[in-house]
Formats: sequence, structure tokens, C-alpha cells
Amino acid sequence: MTSDTVRAAPRTPSGPVPGTVHPTPRPPLLRRLGDLPVAVLFVLPAAVGFALFYLWPAIRGAYLSLTRYNVLTPARFIGLENYEKLFGDRLFWNALKVTAEYVVLNIVSQTVISMLLAVLLYRLTKSMLVRGIVLLPYLVANVIVALVWFWMLDFQLGVVNNIIEWLGFDRVAFFGSDLAIPTIAGINTWRHMGYTALLIFAGLQMIPPSVYEAAAIDGASEWRTFWRVTLPLLRPVMALVMVLSVIGSFQVFDTIAVTTAGGPINATRVIYFYIYDLAFNRFNFGYAAALSSVLFVLLAGIAYLQLRLSRAGESDLRGA
Amino acid sequence: MAGIRWGRVAGWAVLVVVMLVTLFPFYWMLRTSFSNTRALAAGAADLLPVDFTLGAYRRVLGLSSTAEAVAEGGSSGTVNFWLYLRNSIVVATVTTAGQVFFGALAAYAFARLRWPGRNAVFTLFVTALMVPPIFTTLPNFVLIKELGLLNTFLGIVLPHLLMTPFAVFFLRQFFLGINAGVEEAARIDGAGHVRTFFRIVLPMSRGPIATLAILTYITSWNDYFWPLLVGKAENVRVLTVALGIFRSQTPQGSPDWAGLMAATLFAALPIMVLFAVLGRRVIDSIGYTGVK
Repeated sequence: MTSDTVRAAPRTPSGPVPGTVHPTPRPPLLRRLGDLPVAVLFVLPAAVGFALFYLWPAIRGAYLSLTRYNVLTPARFIGLENYEKLFGDRLFWNALKVTAEYVVLNIVSQTVISMLLAVLLYRLTKSMLVRGIVLLPYLVANVIVALVWFWMLDFQLGVVNNIIEWLGFDRVAFFGSDLAIPTIAGINTWRHMGYTALLIFAGLQMIPPSVYEAAAIDGASEWRTFWRVTLPLLRPVMALVMVLSVIGSFQVFDTIAVTTAGGPINATRVIYFYIYDLAFNRFNFGYAAALSSVLFVLLAGIAYLQLRLSRAGESDLRGA
Repeated sequence: MAGIRWGRVAGWAVLVVVMLVTLFPFYWMLRTSFSNTRALAAGAADLLPVDFTLGAYRRVLGLSSTAEAVAEGGSSGTVNFWLYLRNSIVVATVTTAGQVFFGALAAYAFARLRWPGRNAVFTLFVTALMVPPIFTTLPNFVLIKELGLLNTFLGIVLPHLLMTPFAVFFLRQFFLGINAGVEEAARIDGAGHVRTFFRIVLPMSRGPIATLAILTYITSWNDYFWPLLVGKAENVRVLTVALGIFRSQTPQGSPDWAGLMAATLFAALPIMVLFAVLGRRVIDSIGYTGVK
């Protein structure tokens, strides 16, 4: 790449020239194409996968949201009708409300617990066993986690309610309309807290020890050090963790599908479940596609805002 | 000094509580799966299996007669979890093999080959990371249906077989980090790009490739939404979908809890084994995915 002097010596594209360390300059056209023939070979399968299952469906999804479509008969273009309908759809607003409630509960509990857990792991132990145990729930399928907790929280036979009664309190209807969303948020917190803690843990390990030494010399307490040093330095990692978990929790589906299936009445009919219901139980694909577009825009907006507010790209380390 | 030590004690106390809360549900699955469903009501507070029996496992694996099943609180319907286990293995294995192999090929082209449009194509690929799955899932379902691939293994694996943005991105980062000198030496010795890739780059990246493979396998094994849409039929039904159906078929008032727990353990077991064998790699991989 150093010399661009054109030497007209003809050579095969991939053959080496004995005795030279730098590749010999090629004729202009071949040079511009570079490794194109090989690259096409290498990228082709992935490019086909991308075009068929990411690009094309994205375009098609946007189009379908402008149609009336039940999969069996051809889609009929109806303009923005689906989007107009959304505004007056009580179930849509309900889904939005229920989802928001879930996201807030889940994110708050998950972040607080994971942060605590990460700091404890960082300060107390390097044990892989402890980290492995903490990660365990994350490796098990959502469906399995949901079923186990559905059983443990059962009103009559669940072990949790037996403990509650043994302690002298009334049994709790965990999957009743008032508590279903907090319960599901709790279940998913249980599944994700270890994983999130390990993400934060990785962030903690990137903070240089010298920073803590300086804080110790200044006589800062542990508590103060956490708020004034650890947390600010953790900000870029936390921003990423928050964006990922907010986007993840907006898409809660599996846990709800195998426990409450959107009920009681509409108490747990989150956006994802509503979209699924519209498409596969009511065969209203166009409307479901419109709803997924709205979710897409919503998520993109939230991610953008979060990254802006948390100044994720900048690190405080340089100033420290 | 004493204050610090008390802090550590309190810290360990919290950590132990967290670990107990983490492990207890797993123990409860085990305890329930060895119980007799009909006896569970009477012994709801027992910490040990109630009326110990292997009946739940026999039901789940299709080994018990209808009369036997009903006597222990199971349903009379038959389930065949061996079949669903096979299906899960097929889907997760094929998905992982395809995604890692094709992902590695593409990642190499993005990391090492020089061609016009490389950065533009890469940016386009990575943008797909931002798109929520539901947006592409509905049209993908329509496409799989149009291709006549509903309820086939191909239909279940196809969308994740050729590429996922994450696989390409993940491996590209590692290929960029490999010392280019080794590859150049190979090229000077007369190896083409294809040979260099298979003989030098792939063997050198065994670690990250194994990590990606494990992550992909677990994700694929645990996936529920997509196989639920395109693979409900018995012959291609995977374990997660089977569990959902098993649960919805159990009678509303008195589900076969022992059977359900035996089934969930059965479905979780392969991942547990994988984790027991490759635990450190899985744990270390969390750091990578976080710092993407």
C-alpha cells in the first residue's frame, strides 16, 4: 500500500511475487476491486440471509402496515387507516400502559439488585462458582422460568403462599389482575439479575485501581466512594446496560404467554402479546404490522433519548 | 478495622441470600418432579418430595400407561418428550453450525479483505442489530408460509441460519485483533485467501468461535416465539413450544405439577450440562457481549 507506482508487470491476482514483502502494485482496475471476487464468495451467504430475513421483511413490514391483510387473501392497500385506528383503540392504549408499568418495575428492581450484586461480587470474591450460580437462571429458557414460578406462586399449592401463610399472613393472588404485572416483573428480575450483574461487574473491572487508591488517601468512606467515584465512572457501561434492558423488557412475551396469556381480562396484555394476538388469533396482519412499526419507532426513540441523556459515548475516566 | 470486617460479613450475608433465592427454584423443580401430583396438596409445605415416585418422569417420557398416569394425577393425553428433545437438538445444532460458519466467512471479509463498498455493507448489517425482532418476525412468517416451509425444520432454522448481525459483528472484532503478520506470511507462502482463512484464521480463533457457538446454542435452545409461530406441528415441535402446549393442556383446576416440573427439568438439562462443562467460557463471554 506504500507505493503506487504502476509497474506493468502482469501477474496473477492471487499469486505472490517471490522475494517481495509488500504486495506488488496492481493495474488500476484490479487494484480498485481489491479482493472483490473472494469477498463476494465469503459474504454471499450472509448477504442472502440479510436480504431475505432482515432487509426484505423490514420493507415488507412497513408496507403491510398500510394494508388490510389476513395472510389468506392478497393484501389490500388502505393507506394510513391502521395507524388512525390505533389512536382510538382502547386495547392499544391499555397495552402501552401495561407494558410501561412492566418496564418501569422490571428495570428499577433489576438495576438496583444487579448493581448491588455486582459491587458485592467485585469486593468479595473472584469465585467462578459464585458467578456461575448467579448466572444460572439466565441460561434457562423463559418458558421454563415462567413455569417454575407459576408453580411456586400458585395460590393453593405454591410454596411461596405456604410460607406466607405460615408467617401468619393471607395468601396472595400473585397472578390476579392487581399483582400480575409486578409478579411477572419480579420473575424476570430473578432471571436477569445475575446476567446484568456480570455485565456491570465487567464494567467495574475496567475502572483503574489507582482511582480507588486516590479516594482512600482522601479518606472517602466506602459509601461516598461508591456514589462519587464508582457510579460516575460506570456511566458508559450503565448506559449500555440500561438501553439493552429497556429494549429487552419492552419485548416481554414468553413469560406472559405461558402464565397469564394476557389475562386476567387485559391486565397483562403487553404490546408484544397484543401484536401476537392480532396476527395469529385474529388474522389481522396489517394492523399487527402497524403496531410493530409503532413499537419500533418507540424503541428507537427511547434508545436515542437514553444515549443522549446519559452521554454514553463519553467516559469520565479521562478527567479523573 | 472491625467496621470493615462487619461490612464484609453483611456483604456475604446478602450474597448468600441472593444465591439461595437463585438456587431454590431449581431445587423446587427437582423436589416437585419426584412427587406424586395427587399427594402434593396434602404435603404442600414439605421440603422433600411428597410420596416419592418416578411416575412424573415416566409420564413425560411416554413410559407409563394411561391408568398409571391418571392415578398419579397426570393427564390421559400422551406426550413424547424424546421427540421434542430430538427436535430441539436438530434446530439448535443446525442453527449454531450455520450461523457460526457463515458468520465467520462474512466477518473475515469485513475484517481482512479489501473490496469496494465494504464499510457501507458492514454498516448496513450492523444497523439490523437495532431493529426489534417483532418488526421482521411477522413478514418473515409470511415469507416462510409462502415458501411452503411452515412446520419444517428448514422453516424454523432458516431466518437465523445464514447470518445474524451479532455473529458477524462479534467475530469481526476478533479477526481485527489477530496479528495480520501470520496471515501475510501464509499469503507469501502462496496460500490464497480461502486457504488462509481455513488453515490459519479459523484455528487461531477457536476460542471466540467456541464462545459464539455456545451463546448461539443457548439462545436457539431457549427460543420460544419463532418456533411457536412456524413449528407447532408434532414432528418438528421443540421443547419450549412443547412445554407451553403441555401447560395449556393440563386441566385448569389441578395441573399435573409433578409432570410439568419433570418436563421443565428435562428441557433445561442439556443447557445445564453444557454450562457445567463450559461454565468458565460462558461466564467470560458475558464481558464480551457487554462491551460490544
